Amino acid sequence: MSESTTTAFEPRIVAFFCNWCTYTAADLAGVSRMKYAPNIRVIRLMCSGRLDPQFVMAAFAKGADGVLIGGCHPGDCHYVEGNYKTLRRVTLLKRMLTELGIEPQRFRLEWISASEGDKVQRVVNEMVEQIRALGPLDLPGKHRNWDKEMEELETHVNHSQKEIPAHAH
Amino acid sequence: MPTKPKIAFYWCASCGGCEESVVDLAEDVLMVTDAVDIVFWPCAMDFKKADVEAMPDQSIVAALVNGAIRSSEQEEMAHLLRRKSHVLIAYGSCAHTGGIPGLANQFSREQIMKYVYEECPTMVNEQKTRPQPHFKDGHRETELPTLRNWVRALDQVVEVDYYIPGCPPPPALLKNAVLALLGGKLPPKGSVLAPNLAVCQQCKRNPSKPQDISLTEFKRPHEIIADPEKCLLAQGLPCLGPATRGGCDAVCIEGNMPCTGCFGPVDNVHDHGAKILSYLASTAAGKEEKDIIKTLEGIPDPVGTFYRYGLAKCLLRGKIHASGQSNKH
Repeated sequence: MSESTTTAFEPRIVAFFCNWCTYTAADLAGVSRMKYAPNIRVIRLMCSGRLDPQFVMAAFAKGADGVLIGGCHPGDCHYVEGNYKTLRRVTLLKRMLTELGIEPQRFRLEWISASEGDKVQRVVNEMVEQIRALGPLDLPGKHRNWDKEMEELETHVNHSQKEIPAHAH
Repeated sequence: MPTKPKIAFYWCASCGGCEESVVDLAEDVLMVTDAVDIVFWPCAMDFKKADVEAMPDQSIVAALVNGAIRSSEQEEMAHLLRRKSHVLIAYGSCAHTGGIPGLANQFSREQIMKYVYEECPTMVNEQKTRPQPHFKDGHRETELPTLRNWVRALDQVVEVDYYIPGCPPPPALLKNAVLALLGGKLPPKGSVLAPNLAVCQQCKRNPSKPQDISLTEFKRPHEIIADPEKCLLAQGLPCLGPATRGGCDAVCIEGNMPCTGCFGPVDNVHDHGAKILSYLASTAAGKEEKDIIKTLEGIPDPVGTFYRYGLAKCLLRGKIHASGQSNKH
């Protein structure tokens, strides 16, 4: 995030909340006038089991500093089994992301029921502070930077080499 | 005599298996050479870079480039062939998705250089000499290509028109592509020239694949003698068929080995490894975190398993290092 270099770093967290529990809990937190850090962008899924690991990869690749997933407590899934699938995928995804150099604090799964507005508040505030301490991830910036190493040759082949070289043998 | 369409082959960071697969056309190779003029093929014919430079822009009908792009030399050739060719085809897994060389994106260039030239047990190099891009000996000067910080798939360097997947691609796909090219029947630009269906759909064992797979243990191919009739996934082997593009006729599974994902993803999948992870993790039995963790420990190397051929095209593109190459600002 380029603006973060001029102003203080504000973590940008993408949150995937399930419709039946965590999203309702976030609603409850709002209605109850609970204050929490404004750093999360919530995306509502019908079930946390809808979370395709590609969503997490895409969020990081497009500039998220953290990804938070919220679902119903085990046993409480509206679709019976969805959150178990989430747990299985997130367990393996977390291991893989750590191997790929993404700090474990940047990726978090929490079970938050519809009545736990205070838990939304606590989890979001905690995560924002942890990520603030880690600093920006800024993958889009990193990707742009990595590709700078290719600019010179591209110009060389496509623009300066208009004439056929004399040493053609 | 009318001139035949010109075709070029080139190899970048690859093993030579893709060149082999061209020869695997067997008698059909005669059909190809009858129909086209091969104007550049370093593996088999004596044409030089200067010959390509001397050709007018876009004069080559199609260039088939295999291998990932790691060095400045490969990068330069990719740009040159892009400029000289009408159609550029990424041939094989490495050009398509980074391939096996793409796994190097788990390490920084410095880690690789240090290991290869200093720490590797078979290396004796007390002065810690490293290859230098420029070398001067008296009046002679030589230049070596430099290693880039990252392994890239061909389309991360230049625009690519078509992809022929596989490690290596089956000869039938090459033959179909050449026929489509000559007959002017190529699909929309950007297409992968292989069917858009999963390996499972071509697999003879598909009828034995259970509706729900629930595994308490993942096995590795050397640990069991797999039943040659039954779905390998149902036997506990992490077969990547459900999330991998077909077109290979499931030959590996016919050989009783699980699919390792060389054809890459089907259309509309942006991250092959994440998709593999998604279905493979959800087959783990258990509802308690500790049971799930135990089952998933049966996949000791998630990055190497899910991105065996596609780490360069992973949305993250490789390992994000805390310091060094990726943090240069």
